[in-house]
Amino acid sequence: MDASLELRGIVAGYGQGDILRGLDLDVPAGQITCLIGPNGAGKSTVLRVISGLLEPRAGHVRLAGEDVTGWSPQRMLERGVAHVPQERSLFPSMSVWDNMLMGAYIIDDRAAVVRRATEIADRWPIVARRRNDLAGSLSGGEQKTVEIARAMMLDPPVICFDEPSVGLEPRARKNIFGILAELSSDGRTILLVEQNARSGLAIAHTGAVLDAGIARLVAPASELLESPEVGRLYLGAP
Amino acid sequence: MTWLGRESRTRPGGALQAFAFLGALAVLPVVMGRHWQVNLLVFTLMYAGLASAWNLVGGYAGYAALGHGAFFGIGAYAMAIGTTHLGVGTGYRPFLLVLPIAVGTALAVVPIARLLLRTRAATFAVLSITVMFMVQTFAYNIRSLTHGSQGIAVPVPPFPFTTFERPFYYAMAILLALTVAVCWAVRSSQLGLALNAVRDDEDRARGLGVQTELVKLIAFSLSAGLTAAFGAVWAYYISYVFPGFAIDPLLSLGAILMAFLGGRHTLWGPVVGAALIVPAQQYFAYRYGASHLYLIAYAALFLIVIYLLPDGILPSTTQRLNRLRTRSRARTTPDLLPMEALNPRGESE
Amino acid sequence: MHLIVQATIGGILIGGVYALLASGQAMIFGVTRTVNFAQAIFAILSAYLSYTLFSDFGVDPFLSVLVLVPTMFAFGSAIYIVFLRRLTRSGAELALLVLYAMAIGIQGTLDYFYKTNTRVISPGYTNHSWTVGGYQISEVRLFAFLLAVVVLGSLHAIRQHTKLGRALRATAQNPTAAQLLGVNVERVSAIAMGLGVATAGAAGAVFGMVVPFNGNSQYDLLSKLLSISVLGGMASMPGTIVAAVILGVVESVVAAKISPDWSAFSFLVVLFAVLTVRPQGLFGRRLRGAL
Ligand SMILES: Nc1ncnc2c1ncn2[C@@H]1O[C@H](COP(=O)(O)OP(=O)(O)O)[C@@H](O)[C@H]1O
Ligand SMILES: [Mg+2]
Repeated sequence: MDASLELRGIVAGYGQGDILRGLDLDVPAGQITCLIGPNGAGKSTVLRVISGLLEPRAGHVRLAGEDVTGWSPQRMLERGVAHVPQERSLFPSMSVWDNMLMGAYIIDDRAAVVRRATEIADRWPIVARRRNDLAGSLSGGEQKTVEIARAMMLDPPVICFDEPSVGLEPRARKNIFGILAELSSDGRTILLVEQNARSGLAIAHTGAVLDAGIARLVAPASELLESPEVGRLYLGAP
Repeated sequence: MTWLGRESRTRPGGALQAFAFLGALAVLPVVMGRHWQVNLLVFTLMYAGLASAWNLVGGYAGYAALGHGAFFGIGAYAMAIGTTHLGVGTGYRPFLLVLPIAVGTALAVVPIARLLLRTRAATFAVLSITVMFMVQTFAYNIRSLTHGSQGIAVPVPPFPFTTFERPFYYAMAILLALTVAVCWAVRSSQLGLALNAVRDDEDRARGLGVQTELVKLIAFSLSAGLTAAFGAVWAYYISYVFPGFAIDPLLSLGAILMAFLGGRHTLWGPVVGAALIVPAQQYFAYRYGASHLYLIAYAALFLIVIYLLPDGILPSTTQRLNRLRTRSRARTTPDLLPMEALNPRGESE
Repeated sequence: MHLIVQATIGGILIGGVYALLASGQAMIFGVTRTVNFAQAIFAILSAYLSYTLFSDFGVDPFLSVLVLVPTMFAFGSAIYIVFLRRLTRSGAELALLVLYAMAIGIQGTLDYFYKTNTRVISPGYTNHSWTVGGYQISEVRLFAFLLAVVVLGSLHAIRQHTKLGRALRATAQNPTAAQLLGVNVERVSAIAMGLGVATAGAAGAVFGMVVPFNGNSQYDLLSKLLSISVLGGMASMPGTIVAAVILGVVESVVAAKISPDWSAFSFLVVLFAVLTVRPQGLFGRRLRGAL
């Protein structure tokens, strides 16, 4: 399936100002695209526009060629686009298991949902181990892992990750990047926003630099990693 | 900031506004001299003052206080008890009680305010209104002092009939001028900045070293004291206090409505709001006062204001003016936008 | 001693009705972050409707609950959809004021149609009671309590064991995350509001048999309800139920030992006493921004 995303001339913001000012971005099918940029550049806003949390004021979002601009998150999920947000998104007072069931909320067949959750639990040991614990009692890294596992409930071909490694200790961070690479090798389309730009670009095929509301630079990830100018401006000292 | 918004000390506009306002206050009862007109003015000034006083807490600090009727009632009862039990006398002498009542209330609310201000948002709103219920219970049940549901009749002053309302008008005018002056002073001081910070993000403000507890307490105490002062003058004017009337949930709601209509956290918004709403309110009360259509009209007015003018008249107007001005100036600098623009009401995290 | 036990029994039974009313309030607050300042007048509205059904059509108040609960559910959802939906979460204070204004408007409407004299719904059995071990148990209060238990039990079952319940809890805990998983947050909020107002419908219908009421009684009821909410922790259903029963008992004991005049006041005293020690209420968690 050609699950590419295309953003054309996206203008979006909150309240009065525009945060994105005519953004064009291509997320090729089956690849990891890593979006980097300074804090407050609007990276999370891009993901919110894609997943339908925020309706753009102008421009178009296309999924595999179809115009999906302004679709609700529910419709986007039905079309196979998941969004794992930057903030913690587990339901803290629900059990890990109930969180998993919530991951397939849009599916009405209860038996199928439970079957799927059991499959995920087989593959993600943390889910099986902490199944009956309240999600809020898990550590930050564990929570992020469960969030990603929950996003897998619908087996979405396209996933947007917003800074999945933020605030994690080094081991958990490495673990998360491992998971992302693995998900990508299944052929999924991944749009990754990363503050740890070096680690993000290292697993990505394509890199894009977001600054002042537009994509300033789009190039193969390896080129961005090597470019001295990008390094100086966006990656920090090597 | 903007011409109707936050003033700065150096701006001559501030002094001009003050003179125009005081001048208008002085001549109004002469220009509009009939009994019903002056009566209307008395209530307009009272509500303008109540709404401005509420604004200190509800607008500047962003704490939705719903129970200011309690402080108004305390002021009213203090005046009634002072003139009857304490034998202060009549004529102009009861007006001398107003200041002590205001100061006394401002100090007396400190312990309860400290308790209330430990909570936020919805919980604060809920608790503030329970304080009003509490004061109302006292008014009903401490009969030796308040005569319970019978109420207290305040001696009617021997003012000449033709100008009977004038002394009350000027008392309200002085109190209103004082209230606006207090608001102005708060806005142009550190305190105003600190309250702004509390409204935007209290935790961050505290993190930055703002003494949030103290500034909230000062704002609340000033607000309660000023509210009580209006209650005291009102009681003398009406010459009758009764629990359901002096401690009225509709009173707080009316003041809030006016502050919203004019523009919360602006200096003149509450005054503008009162000038627009009190005449309508008095008309409703006069037309439908006996029936319950009054309550319905009141609710309808409230809903109309909130849905049609959520930002209030002044901020909407200043925004429009700013847009006109900046259009001719090519580029907007963020400093020129009113606070509301930086605080979008769209989604929040 | 006999008096206190007798008052405690009465207090627990009426506490059940308060719990019913306040749980609806907690559900609404949990999902929409809005304090429903109209919850008390919704109960009074339902009491009047039940009064009319009884006096004009001879419908028993306990039976009228079957009609009033769905009616009030529809009413609550409609209010959410028409008035509250557009005030986004950042406008929670505005929503609270809207509901407060609405409460006043509904009171005006009720006063207009029913006038302001107090009423009480009195089917034949209102004065029946059983004597158990020397204590009187009023039939009406016992049935009211049982009704509360049934309604609260159903609400609990919905919350814990259905998909809608999961959506309700998810929206209360993290609305954005719920939305990203395909929950229609607006719809769930409308349903939460409907359920909350429906509990007021059930509570009001029986409340009107226990206490004489008119439109203005909303303030007395509201002050009790708000005290219960804060004490119970605003969004916590178990906390709310416990707080309601405690306050029901305190009120009843104060009324018996001191004077009924001070019974509503006792709520406020307990409330402020607890708040000096625990600003988040008995069961509330410290939520950033919510408290
Ligand atoms: N819910 C919101 N309401 C108002 N402003 C927001 C909101 N979310 C983000 N912003 C603003 O939009 C800009 C971009 O935010 P975001 O997309 O989160 O940036 P990034 O993810 O690149 O750090 C920031 O200036 C931020 O303050
Ligand atoms: Mg971000």
